[in-house]
Amino acid sequence: MALETKNIAKTQLQAEVASLKAVGYRFVTLSCVDLGDSFDLIYHFDRELQMTHLRITVLKGDTVPSISNIYFAALCIENEIKDFFGISFDGLILDFGGHFYLEEEVKRYPFCKVSVKEPQAAKEGN
Amino acid sequence: MSTIIPFGPQHPVLPEPLHLKITLKDEIVTDAIPMLGYVHRGLETLVSIKDLDQMVQVVERVCGICSCIHAHTYCMCVEGILGIEIPKRAEFLRIIWSELHRMHSHLLWLGLLADAFGMESLFMHCWRIRERVMDVMEATAGNRVIISINKVGGVRRDLSPDQLRWIAQVLDELERELDAIKPVLTNDYTVKKRTVGVGVLTKEQAYELGAVGPTLRGSGVAQDVRMTGYGAYKFIDFEPVVEKDGDSYARTMVRFRELYQAIDIVRQLIRKLPDGELSVKVKAAKPEGEIVCRSEQPRGELLYYVKGNGSKFLERVRIRTPTFANVPPLLAMLPGIEMADVPVVALSIDPCISCTER
Repeated sequence: MALETKNIAKTQLQAEVASLKAVGYRFVTLSCVDLGDSFDLIYHFDRELQMTHLRITVLKGDTVPSISNIYFAALCIENEIKDFFGISFDGLILDFGGHFYLEEEVKRYPFCKVSVKEPQAAKEGN
Repeated sequence: MSTIIPFGPQHPVLPEPLHLKITLKDEIVTDAIPMLGYVHRGLETLVSIKDLDQMVQVVERVCGICSCIHAHTYCMCVEGILGIEIPKRAEFLRIIWSELHRMHSHLLWLGLLADAFGMESLFMHCWRIRERVMDVMEATAGNRVIISINKVGGVRRDLSPDQLRWIAQVLDELERELDAIKPVLTNDYTVKKRTVGVGVLTKEQAYELGAVGPTLRGSGVAQDVRMTGYGAYKFIDFEPVVEKDGDSYARTMVRFRELYQAIDIVRQLIRKLPDGELSVKVKAAKPEGEIVCRSEQPRGELLYYVKGNGSKFLERVRIRTPTFANVPPLLAMLPGIEMADVPVVALSIDPCISCTER
């Protein structure tokens, strides 16, 4: 059984989400799937028990616009995904910096298929 | 001058590690930030090493209180991808046990709420009543909490006519016992003083912030995933329980009234229970595709996203639990209340940190 999703570019995300909110959709959650060299991000919305889904595909290392300015409820899941997959969300209204669940000594993204290291900050003087 | 103090992770009213960083001005809360990560287990990643059937046992352990509904929702996903139709009797049996879980969860929560007020007698009454439900679970499934009756393709256990008659008797007794404690919840000065007008979440806030379950319905939104008619709910008559005031008392009353509703649903299921098989054979399944399934847990809407890649291991299982959805609404309830009310308001969403962190 195929999940019907509307595939959009990440540049369209904010506008699409805002239009769903304008017609009364509730943000349910966001699912992230590691595809190897990219991620699928599937946004789930509900209105009167009918769901609709948006999908964007982003390359690893890309940033994604946060929708927490449209739906405050998105801040938890965007922080969770940042912890587990290392995806950065631009404009996240409360950014835990990758430590929503994880302690500061954790330097890897545990839900990535091939766990990658968190980029190290440039050393002082370099 | 503002003061920041930690609420939790260890707190007398909450056995689970809910941690809020609370900003106070005098005794009034002005801001709250959630701090998670104390019991995160990464259960979703086990899909890479546990096959389809083993994952049923994994998802049951996301949460002890609503384990049956986790397994049910996961099985619905896998069956949906594989295109399996399970026997009608199995659908009914799944919902009977799910509603029993709702009863014991709500009774456990009511007891905890009473304990938070210092009403130990009501706490003990609620938990004593809950024991009757646990007895049914133990007698019919062999376990009290993680009952493991679900499997991909149906259920593992049946209910005999004698067991069904006995369950119907227990439901009658439960109803009488709930009637006995009802005046305390509806009339008692302490209960009302601590909950009425405290931790208000308006209808608009509840919807906008993504509240689910009794937290949403306590704010006047008549939304209950069971109304979609998944499983055997399509054969049952019921209306969502809704309260309008959006305060801690409204959320309490939604759960209390849902106990009666759950009793009624189980009675209907027993009356309408069809004969038939308990499961269909699912052999060497290798699901391919994606699906989203939702169910109504005691705490609210549960969502599973499942993706299969054509092997015996799933590609991804993503679980959005009700408490996770109710964290942003909780943050909206706290500003403006007194610090002394924070435990009761936090408890009013029935938080499950084990679910939230998975």
